[in-house]
Amino acid sequence: MKPLRDAFDRVHPYFAKGGILEKAYPVYESIDTFLFTPGETTRGRTHVRDGIDLKRMMITVVFALIPVTLFGMWNAGYQANSAIVKMTEADVPIEYDWHHSVHTFFGLGHDPGSFADNFIYGAIFFIPIYAVTMFVGGHIEMIFSVLRGHEINEGFLVTGLLFPLTLPPSIPLWQVALGIAFGVIVAKEVFGGTGRNFLNVALASRAFLYFSYAASISGDKVWTAVDGFSGATALGQMAIAEGGAIESLDSVQYVWGDTGSITWMSSFLGTIQGSIGETSALLCLVGAGILIAAGIGSWRIMLSVILGVIGTTLLLNAVGSETNPMFGVPFYWHLVIGGLAFGLVFMATDPVSASMTNTGKWFYGILIGFMTVLIRVINPAFPEGIMLAILFGNVFAPLIDYFVVQANVRRRVARYAS
Amino acid sequence: MNLVEAHLSIFLKAVFVENLALAFFLGMCTFLAVSKSVKTAIGLGMAVIAIETITVPANQAIYSLLLKKGALGWANQFIPTSTIDFSTIDLSFLSFISFIGVIAALVQILEMFLDKFMPALYNELGIFLPLITVNCAILGASLFMQERNYSFGESITYGFGCGVGWALAIMALAGIREKLKYSDVPPPLRGLGITFITTGLMALAFMSFSGITL
Repeated sequence: MKPLRDAFDRVHPYFAKGGILEKAYPVYESIDTFLFTPGETTRGRTHVRDGIDLKRMMITVVFALIPVTLFGMWNAGYQANSAIVKMTEADVPIEYDWHHSVHTFFGLGHDPGSFADNFIYGAIFFIPIYAVTMFVGGHIEMIFSVLRGHEINEGFLVTGLLFPLTLPPSIPLWQVALGIAFGVIVAKEVFGGTGRNFLNVALASRAFLYFSYAASISGDKVWTAVDGFSGATALGQMAIAEGGAIESLDSVQYVWGDTGSITWMSSFLGTIQGSIGETSALLCLVGAGILIAAGIGSWRIMLSVILGVIGTTLLLNAVGSETNPMFGVPFYWHLVIGGLAFGLVFMATDPVSASMTNTGKWFYGILIGFMTVLIRVINPAFPEGIMLAILFGNVFAPLIDYFVVQANVRRRVARYAS
Repeated sequence: MNLVEAHLSIFLKAVFVENLALAFFLGMCTFLAVSKSVKTAIGLGMAVIAIETITVPANQAIYSLLLKKGALGWANQFIPTSTIDFSTIDLSFLSFISFIGVIAALVQILEMFLDKFMPALYNELGIFLPLITVNCAILGASLFMQERNYSFGESITYGFGCGVGWALAIMALAGIREKLKYSDVPPPLRGLGITFITTGLMALAFMSFSGITL
């Protein structure tokens, strides 16, 4: 480490004030503090309570995302390989693209029973998406920080990992680039960068894609990365169910003419099709454990979202509906299907866009849980609701905080008046 | 029960699905100008709720009793020998001007009322209270009422719902803008520029309701 440190110290004068590369200081600074502990200490009256800073906090979120990411890669490959086997058996034409060429170049096949086949094939889908996100978003971030003179920090590592995980594996790469560019510029950098935005950046990017290019991010064809595949996700299947919503999951129609079933256990473990990172509720739970243990994710928000979902579902179960089978879906299904688990652990707890006050966090979480179930059940336009529910929560989070603070002020005034 | 459901549906639609500020972008001038602090926004929101709840039914009464085609039919019985058949008269081309007149008059009354009984709020709203007169959200609600042929009862609910939706939107925007005081917005975007972008992003979140049929 010593030679590396020396190398940094040697080039430091070029980047310091008055040096020839003064403008590129944020780039130097970000690489330096990524590798070494920042040398800065707190100035002024701020009382330091903890050694953790923004950079270490963000990198912890990245660590919490690693299990989900690795599983997502495996699952994307597993889903694709299973579909390829079934489609080949039934003589459904498959159009292979460059992913397949790369895969066979490594001498691998499409055996859903083989770990390597699944993992590598999934990685061939995920890594380009991730690379495009990091390249486009990272460069935009760098340009802004150089022009505006703020630091580059690990905040983008989190956004840049969350965003690909919310996308279907088959998404075109130019859309990935467009989405993250929108998110980083409009939802974050125009407000001054990390910590100053009011919407979750990854979700704003995804919502932009969702409304602009709905065909490649919703429907029955995109969630498994095989061209020609078609088969409903759990939420898509329930929304069109004729009888009971849960019963309809036993007979999901696939393109190879056969029907398959989606069980609760497979949804919980995550061996179902969906966005790359969202399928496994179990590994989201692991991520939640890491975030809570490290004191970074707010357990209040996670718990209150779950409570909001349970409460709303029980209410809708009681109300019932003759025409809409989604009313009858029990809460333990709502919690494992779709992106709810992923959203509530990694997106709703985003400390920048969530409510700041502890009381406010409860209201904020319950609002998100309520909206998620509401959109899933009564809005026929969108089968999944967690993305829009969290954005909706973000919009109202500052107002919730305002009322909580005002209530506190009033209570204290009353206390000291007597 | 059916009546309650119908009114609830009109109300929820007006507040969320067809939010005047974030789905139709009506009333933007005041929406952008008076959203600097939550306190003022609450005051203005309440004023808009009050005005909407009064003006929409008032306009509905005027429209259905005087302006609509055939609305003057009741006049025939008073002038039985008349050569004019009142039930064929269509005065709906006057609806624009009469709606505006009603709104202006009611805003004046509200202004006097606030001046007398709530001077603090009156001073805070300042020039924006008379500006409600020309707030397109107010006229918009009346015109939607006309277009959708709401009954008198429905138009009360609709007016109230429109007001609540608009108030909710401006309060949320004011909350965000108070938070944005700590942001470091690029100088050319400061002020109205960033508020436009914020409003757009809020509308993105409100898209969650689009498509709901009640």
